[in-house]
Amino acid sequence: MSASAIFSPAAPGRPFIFSPPSSAFSQRSNVAMVTAKSSAKSTKNTAQILAHVGASPRLAAVVPASRLEVHPAPAMVSSGIPQLDSLTGGLARGCLTEICGAASSGRTSILLFALARATERGEVCALVDASDAFDPASAAAAGMEMNRLLWVRCGEKYPSRKPPSSVRKARSGELSGDKNRWFNAEGRRWEAHLVQMLKVTDLLLQSNGFGMIALDLSDVPVASARRIPLASWFRFRRAVEHTSTVLLVLERQPIAGSCSSALIKVATARSHVAGEKLSAISCQPSAHPPMHAELSHTELLDGFEITAELLRSRLGRKPAQSTRASFRSRAAWAG
Amino acid sequence: MFACIFIPDFSVQAIVRFEPELRTRAVAVLGGRPPLEKVVALNEKARQSGVEIGATKPQLEAWENLELRTRSESQELSAQAALLDCTHSFSPEVENTSPGTALLNLAGLASLLGPLPKIAGDLSQRVSQLGLEANIAVAANPDAALLAARGFSGVTLIPEGRETELLGDLPVDVLLESFSSDADEAARWVETFDRWGIRKVRSLATLPEIPVSERLGQQGIRLQKLARGAARRNLRVWEPQSIFAESVELEYSIVLLEPLAFLLNRMLEQLCARLRDRALAVQELNLELQLATEQVNDCASFDETPTRAFAGQSARKFTRSICLPIPMLDAKVFLKLLQLDLQAHPPGAPIVKIDLSAKPAPPRALQSGLFQPVFPEPEKLELTLARIAGIVGGGRVGSVELLDTHREGAFAMRHFAPVEPAVEERAARRKVKPSENRNKDKEVMAIHENDSACKSGGKFAKNTKINGEEKMSAVIALRLFRPPLMASVTVREAKPVQLRCFEREDVTGEIVWTAGPWRSSGDWAEQEGWSREEWDIAVPSDDEQLALYRLVQDRLTGKWFVEGMYD
Repeated sequence: MSASAIFSPAAPGRPFIFSPPSSAFSQRSNVAMVTAKSSAKSTKNTAQILAHVGASPRLAAVVPASRLEVHPAPAMVSSGIPQLDSLTGGLARGCLTEICGAASSGRTSILLFALARATERGEVCALVDASDAFDPASAAAAGMEMNRLLWVRCGEKYPSRKPPSSVRKARSGELSGDKNRWFNAEGRRWEAHLVQMLKVTDLLLQSNGFGMIALDLSDVPVASARRIPLASWFRFRRAVEHTSTVLLVLERQPIAGSCSSALIKVATARSHVAGEKLSAISCQPSAHPPMHAELSHTELLDGFEITAELLRSRLGRKPAQSTRASFRSRAAWAG
Repeated sequence: MFACIFIPDFSVQAIVRFEPELRTRAVAVLGGRPPLEKVVALNEKARQSGVEIGATKPQLEAWENLELRTRSESQELSAQAALLDCTHSFSPEVENTSPGTALLNLAGLASLLGPLPKIAGDLSQRVSQLGLEANIAVAANPDAALLAARGFSGVTLIPEGRETELLGDLPVDVLLESFSSDADEAARWVETFDRWGIRKVRSLATLPEIPVSERLGQQGIRLQKLARGAARRNLRVWEPQSIFAESVELEYSIVLLEPLAFLLNRMLEQLCARLRDRALAVQELNLELQLATEQVNDCASFDETPTRAFAGQSARKFTRSICLPIPMLDAKVFLKLLQLDLQAHPPGAPIVKIDLSAKPAPPRALQSGLFQPVFPEPEKLELTLARIAGIVGGGRVGSVELLDTHREGAFAMRHFAPVEPAVEERAARRKVKPSENRNKDKEVMAIHENDSACKSGGKFAKNTKINGEEKMSAVIALRLFRPPLMASVTVREAKPVQLRCFEREDVTGEIVWTAGPWRSSGDWAEQEGWSREEWDIAVPSDDEQLALYRLVQDRLTGKWFVEGMYD
């Protein structure tokens, strides 16, 4: 391959000269002059350039950045649950992690434990509570250092003691034919909570310095949660990138889409009750009275088995496979 | 050597300090009781336009471009305090001579602050930063410096021994105004000297002493010494006060927050400058606004329909306090905090006077370590908290403190003020004596090897040994419904079997498992006594899973509530 002048339309006025590898000149420099050319020859020039790039072994050895062998890996922190850490590698700093699951699946237990471990490390954490469901007693039982947790309670600024009129009507039986209107009112209420949640999260991410910011959307209806624009999640992800903040989202179903770096689904396995499987207490509605005398309280809530499944992870080189881990939670008064 | 700072037209400058746009205009300050107000002070432009001291308000109507302001003693006091704080940052010996005048001893400061001309220039610059224009004079004795400052504008330096020569051309009025106890006495002396043909200070200084003593007495001898610049005395040292306050009285009431923020910004800058001069920071900001309210005419007749007339305006006070978790000194942060606070709690009436005071504290001195965990900047955190409070409400953001009571769910919201790890470590090191460190470390290590107990005082998650393996287990958490969901419960054989919740259709169904009841009660002697019965129940949810709830019956009213969900 001989050196030839190639005129690049991107740099009018000077030709690119790609020297063959064997020449001494090519060992010293990679770029030469470009001279001006008229636009009539630009298409032909582009084809010549591409052909030359493909033919040049040196240029063909250039690897795009997306395929580099070494990515700067995010720092990982322990969630406090070894089984979960072995599944996910921990919680990634500078990334958005979603934890989704149904009611009583163990999401909140994982959240409080992760926050507690973060506060024990001396980090300042924030919990944006969209439904004002945080229980301080449960947090204290998990080992939380309360003076390091900022709790933001979304909701009405000045909640009145009276329930909304729609609820009062429901109780009195007036709302039988008016359920659509009630659901719309409920939807608007949740949207107001979510608007507050989005604004508060923006402020917290801008202020920096938080070790963990958790968004608790567990009680938000899926329809309302899905109305959060994807641009908001993208904005959160960009804001938390290159910081040491763990952004954790708790929800019923995945809502952040590709903006999350890891998606974990939790569910409860049937709790092991000293040989008496919970299958005896069927999940399906039964006409028979429950077996109260045979199951004690500690046998259900103590040994509450949680199964976590890693549905997606963008943190590893290989695409995440669906892997599971199980661990048990204990009641606060046990032991 | 001594320096004197003299602020001419001090009453005017105290007002113009917060209205710099008036510097280029003619300003006259009125004093006295309305409607007999008279001019008590005016600036140079007003003087040049022909306004005189003592003119009444109706006489001033002939001047079109004349700005009238009411004399404000509070503003004069705050201006004087600012002046004294500024001079105190140069010299520890400061004398509060009179309103608008301060003397300071410059002995020994040359090695610290530089030569005398530089010190005088720096003084002039610092005073101008306070919004005041001053005459600075440096002389070998305080009275000569005072006379020079009153007589010459700008910065004046009088070398020792040349006082008579340089002060001689000053009018004798200046001497008498500087050192007479009151204006009437000064006027008598001026008349006397005028009859004698003494119009310059040099004329008085060159008179023979014995005839002066015979005719004018000791007071005359004293005045002659002052005219010669030969009087010697010590300064009456002023003790710095720890009160930092600024005050502005408004000619027209303010209704909007924007112009209020404009004034607050200036006041905060002045306060911060004064605190900076004393190497102090702000621990607490107090804002007091006097509001104008209408007043029902007390002299209304006993008719059936009493008239409401704006016969006068009474003032009521509106106060706000901002307590800072750590001492800060940033005027912009303070302004933003005040703005956010006033937006959340508006005064509700026009504002006629603003009083802003700061509680001083030593500034924070903390060196963070390289390997400390991330921590938010205190100034940024305060602003963020104020903004969040504006979104969700003041009482709905902060840290939680569990109350020492058996009542379920009793907690209090506190202002979020985390302590930096470096500060905690330092405090912990101070509590433990050096001789006990070694044994304490061993105990702590032992605890962590066997049992990862937290220090919060609450219940903790433990490492459990099950089947020979050590496993860390999370504690099952409760999600509360606020307020608790009212429910209708079917009870069979003293146990709940069916649940129906009006507000949440998903919290409805057959109760497939129950545990309980746990009974508790308390506050029997209080009006808010309580008695409750708790059940833990399992109800099938929509997705064929079991949802675990805490069901509570209020034993006083018999009502059922779903208090929370185990998750």
